[in-house]
Amino acid sequence: MRIALLSDIHANREALEACLGHAAEMGAERYIFLGDYVGYGADPEWVTDKIADYVAKGAIALLGNHDAAVFRPDAHMNDIATAAIEWTRTRLNARQQAFLQSLPLQKQEDDVLFVHASADSPEAWHYVTDSAAARRTFEASKARLIFCGHVHVPCIYRITTTAKVIEFTPADSTPVELSPIWRWLNVIGAVGQPRDRLPAAAYAIFDTARNRVAHYRVPYDTAGAAAKIRAAGLPDVLSARLLQGY
Amino acid sequence: MAADIQRLSPGDVIEGFRLDELLRTGGMSSIWRVSQTDADYPVILKIPFLRYDGDQLSIVSFETEKIILPRLHGPHFPHFVAAGSYNNPFIAMEFIAGTPLETWLEQLPLEIDEVIRLGVKIATALQKLHEQHVIHLDLKPDNVILRPNGDAVLIDYGFARHDRLPDLLAEEFDDPVGTGPYISPEQVLGVRSDPRSDLFALGVILYFLATGKQPFGDPMRIAGWRRRLYVDPVPPRRLNDKISPWLQEIILRLIEVDPNDRYPTAAQLAFDLQHPQQVLLTARAEKMTASGFIKTLSRWLKLRRNPPFAGLKRQLASAPIIAVALDLADRSPQLPEAIRTATQGILATVPNARLACLYVFKISRVQIDEMQDETGRNIFLRRLAELEHWSQPLAVDKEKVTYQVLESVDPAAALIHYARENMIDHLIVGARASSTVRRYLGSVSAKIVAEAPCTVTVVRSKAQV
Repeated sequence: MRIALLSDIHANREALEACLGHAAEMGAERYIFLGDYVGYGADPEWVTDKIADYVAKGAIALLGNHDAAVFRPDAHMNDIATAAIEWTRTRLNARQQAFLQSLPLQKQEDDVLFVHASADSPEAWHYVTDSAAARRTFEASKARLIFCGHVHVPCIYRITTTAKVIEFTPADSTPVELSPIWRWLNVIGAVGQPRDRLPAAAYAIFDTARNRVAHYRVPYDTAGAAAKIRAAGLPDVLSARLLQGY
Repeated sequence: MAADIQRLSPGDVIEGFRLDELLRTGGMSSIWRVSQTDADYPVILKIPFLRYDGDQLSIVSFETEKIILPRLHGPHFPHFVAAGSYNNPFIAMEFIAGTPLETWLEQLPLEIDEVIRLGVKIATALQKLHEQHVIHLDLKPDNVILRPNGDAVLIDYGFARHDRLPDLLAEEFDDPVGTGPYISPEQVLGVRSDPRSDLFALGVILYFLATGKQPFGDPMRIAGWRRRLYVDPVPPRRLNDKISPWLQEIILRLIEVDPNDRYPTAAQLAFDLQHPQQVLLTARAEKMTASGFIKTLSRWLKLRRNPPFAGLKRQLASAPIIAVALDLADRSPQLPEAIRTATQGILATVPNARLACLYVFKISRVQIDEMQDETGRNIFLRRLAELEHWSQPLAVDKEKVTYQVLESVDPAAALIHYARENMIDHLIVGARASSTVRRYLGSVSAKIVAEAPCTVTVVRSKAQV
């Protein structure tokens, strides 16, 4: 079973379409969305409806902090994110808001855990940005494999038998074996707002039969997505960063 | 259920593979010939001894080989067949029907021609390995098998490194992993990302084959491994006077402490081994005594100041072999000039490139014999001089350029063969402008573009069109 893992879409229709198309070409049979469908981007309605369609067809979608902020104000958000969420709230109808409100924080299937942020208090939205944070996630869960998003930069962590946490930056399109001897944490990059200086959208495919994960980068129409953000009157930085991937 | 070697016997079946014969038992695994497979070649099962009570190295190297071997393709690596999980560990792979390099160790020192032949074969296999993103990191005679057709096969990827995958060994162990006589200085310091570590090991092998002695001995402890950082080996010519200065130059260059002082790629090494007259000799060639402590200590300090961390792909890409084919007999000056301009542009981006200038000359079958006499010899020398003259404006360092004349009734086929034999990365050829000539001679460049095993640039002079 090839599971496409998509996170941090942030109302970026162009990026989501590109990744869904790529995943279909790569033979994805199942879809798991790791949260943050809205906020920052110009297409929250379209993206929310798209995710709801996939969920209706059997996909799993988790709750992200930006999705939660639509129905529950988040005091930790910065001014720009808050401005984007306030604008988003005016765009989503009751059905779309109810869909976001219905999403779970995490999902465990056998020994695999899916969560938007850290497994260590998922509702606190901790960022897994380094080995120390990855260790807290490993300690909070017994799952052999953990997949999360939230950071917007792809990364693979492994905890060794001697309890060292090792960080690895995945190479584009190269499947990495998740050897069962160790526990692994995959931080999936962002579909809609990559922050590793690479503007191409990021997502991953987990192949359960071969026990491998491949992280992909998919170029998309960044100029188009950025122009829509400007046209919507959202803060300039949100359009500029798409072009640079920061 | 961890495999217990004591309890395995012929006739046992492991996941459909029937054990026929125990071929060998090593420190970390046993090797069985097996039958009942779908493969159309003989298959062996490598069964590691995994002890879960703390023998991490055998577990990690089993996982490493299981991940890397299936990704290797070509005649220089055993075909991967299947692998078991860690509670039923085995790797099924092609049985290489050939002669292990260890066999040659019984008759050391070898004839020099044999050392060179083996060196070319192993260097070729290494280049193919590096091109597939993998560094072996435990190259030694036990891990090389020569197929009946002469191709070298590299086995045992337990300590290897794939540069696009997590390095399972690197962070798991504080001590370096490798084999005493062959481990490179940078591996001793914990670096596992430099393809030139394999060239160091190959240098040790060639030294051993040519002299019967191991340049750094066979230290068992890691403290002993470190001695190669500051102890200079005895020059091989001191041990065997049949070794020519150029071969000593190559061997000593391979076992330099600083990877930057070695060959940049296995392909460039193979090229030199096959073109001895083109090897630029330095002080290494004439050296008859080992350098003193101070000299080698300064090399060691240099290494410590510039820790090698080249990265495999970048290392290969920075040191391609570029071949440029010229037909200077065609008297129009525009095309050679256009080819030179194109070559200059390509060389500008790759500082460690090796340039092979080829004078390609089409001859008829009756001419072949004529070229053997004295007139032929003079023509040959004149062509070399013309090539050298043509290349002057490129200002390439002497040690990075070679000149050769290729005469053939089929120049395109000769160039394609040359590119394959010499692992050329980039071939630059000129396109004939005149359609009349093309009609009579055929389009050499079109055939090369279609069939050459490398990047091809076809240069056309605008002045001719």
